[in-house]
Amino acid sequence: MNYNWNWGIFWELSPDASGTYAQTLLYGLNWTLATGLSSWVLALMIGATVGTVRTLPVRWAVRLGNAYVELFRNIPLLVQMFLWFFVVPELLPRDVGNWIKQLPNSSFWTAVVALSCFTSARVAEQVKAGILSLPRGQQAAGIALGLTLAQTYRKVLLPMAFRIILPPLTSEFLNNIKNSSVALTIGLMELTARARSMQEFSFQVFEAFTAATLIYLAVNAVVVFAMRGVERWVAVPGYMGGRTR
Amino acid sequence: MFENFDFDVIARSWQALIFQGLAFTAQVTLLAMAGGIVLGTLLAMMRLSSFKPLAWVAAGYVNLLRSIPLVLVIFWFYFLVPYIGAWIIGAPRPIPVGAFTSALVTFIMFEACYYCEIMRAGIQSIPSGQANAGYALGMNYWQMMGRVILPQAFRNMTPVLLTQTIVLFQDVSLVYIISLPDFVTIASKIAQRDGRLIEMYLFVAVVYLAICLLLSHFVKRLQTRFAIAR
Repeated sequence: MNYNWNWGIFWELSPDASGTYAQTLLYGLNWTLATGLSSWVLALMIGATVGTVRTLPVRWAVRLGNAYVELFRNIPLLVQMFLWFFVVPELLPRDVGNWIKQLPNSSFWTAVVALSCFTSARVAEQVKAGILSLPRGQQAAGIALGLTLAQTYRKVLLPMAFRIILPPLTSEFLNNIKNSSVALTIGLMELTARARSMQEFSFQVFEAFTAATLIYLAVNAVVVFAMRGVERWVAVPGYMGGRTR
Repeated sequence: MFENFDFDVIARSWQALIFQGLAFTAQVTLLAMAGGIVLGTLLAMMRLSSFKPLAWVAAGYVNLLRSIPLVLVIFWFYFLVPYIGAWIIGAPRPIPVGAFTSALVTFIMFEACYYCEIMRAGIQSIPSGQANAGYALGMNYWQMMGRVILPQAFRNMTPVLLTQTIVLFQDVSLVYIISLPDFVTIASKIAQRDGRLIEMYLFVAVVYLAICLLLSHFVKRLQTRFAIAR
């Protein structure tokens, strides 16, 4: 293969004045993690709410929740990013729109909003599936004990449902981190974007992408390891999740 | 909020958007689905092979591609495919590969990983007694797989395979990053040329929403029909 390998490239200075190429990539990792984590927290909160609402015995609320999920699941993430970045500020009142456009790091905030909405629809699906997977007797028992519906959800159904859906939630979390790379289309300089600009400056294509790949693999490994710990920590003895011990 | 909405830009450009852009997207989706399912099934058979090195290679490939973002995979193949092409035909320098081929190879290689996991679950859902029965009838591995296991696995997994194809259809929009003339790229070019971002992107979103809702409705109906037939 006719390609000039140069692994020393990472210690050369990058023309974007952020230090060496290795440092550039690490700054990119910071943005990836910041975007991935903050949108995940929001997605969990919105997704848990919407998913719960979709199991309530209130017809219009279920419809609303279903519509939310269908809306954010059936438009490509790239198009959603464009909508949040280019379209939404224009549709808002002019002052608000201008304020949004002038925010420092506006592509970061847009990416967080877009990813939270996109991922929350998927989280809502999981939460709904988790609640519906519980035996019907659990809700009946909660009501029979004199708990209100809200108390039954908070003290009986949701704690069990979240334990059940921990493994699929882990992969949604990983997807969310990976999906943050789509934000490079609206100008967020996250890890993939930094690898691409490193390739454009230095022509060392495969070194740059290998480094980015290895960093993503490391992030994945850390998340999977941490979530296994969480699964063991919250496992209820006697249930499938407790089996790992 | 719609007082300045310019429907004319859509009326002027919808033919280019649908017949070039959306047609390109559909073409890549269908070809990548076909290629991805074939390659994915082969990968699933490798992962389930009793010959361990084969299983490790397949598992390593699938897990690697599933751990990195599609955007990065698209960049990888965009630069890698010319080198692979040169290596295959023994050319001294990277050969230029058309953008379409590059995108197609990318999506086949990437989606194969997801189809692989679906087919693996499908194959594993068939009782192992059926494989033994096939061998007892004197079939070899390929006959047993091709005539007994895979037809049932495909049938059970059709709704999931189609759902993954809807995901693939949405993912194809990411070829925007290498400027291939798909639905989103053409829309964004027109949007920037005419200064009509709002109209174009809303139009794109509505079209995607309509198509994906229709497809997932179809998959849901298929699912109930298959459930009854079993």
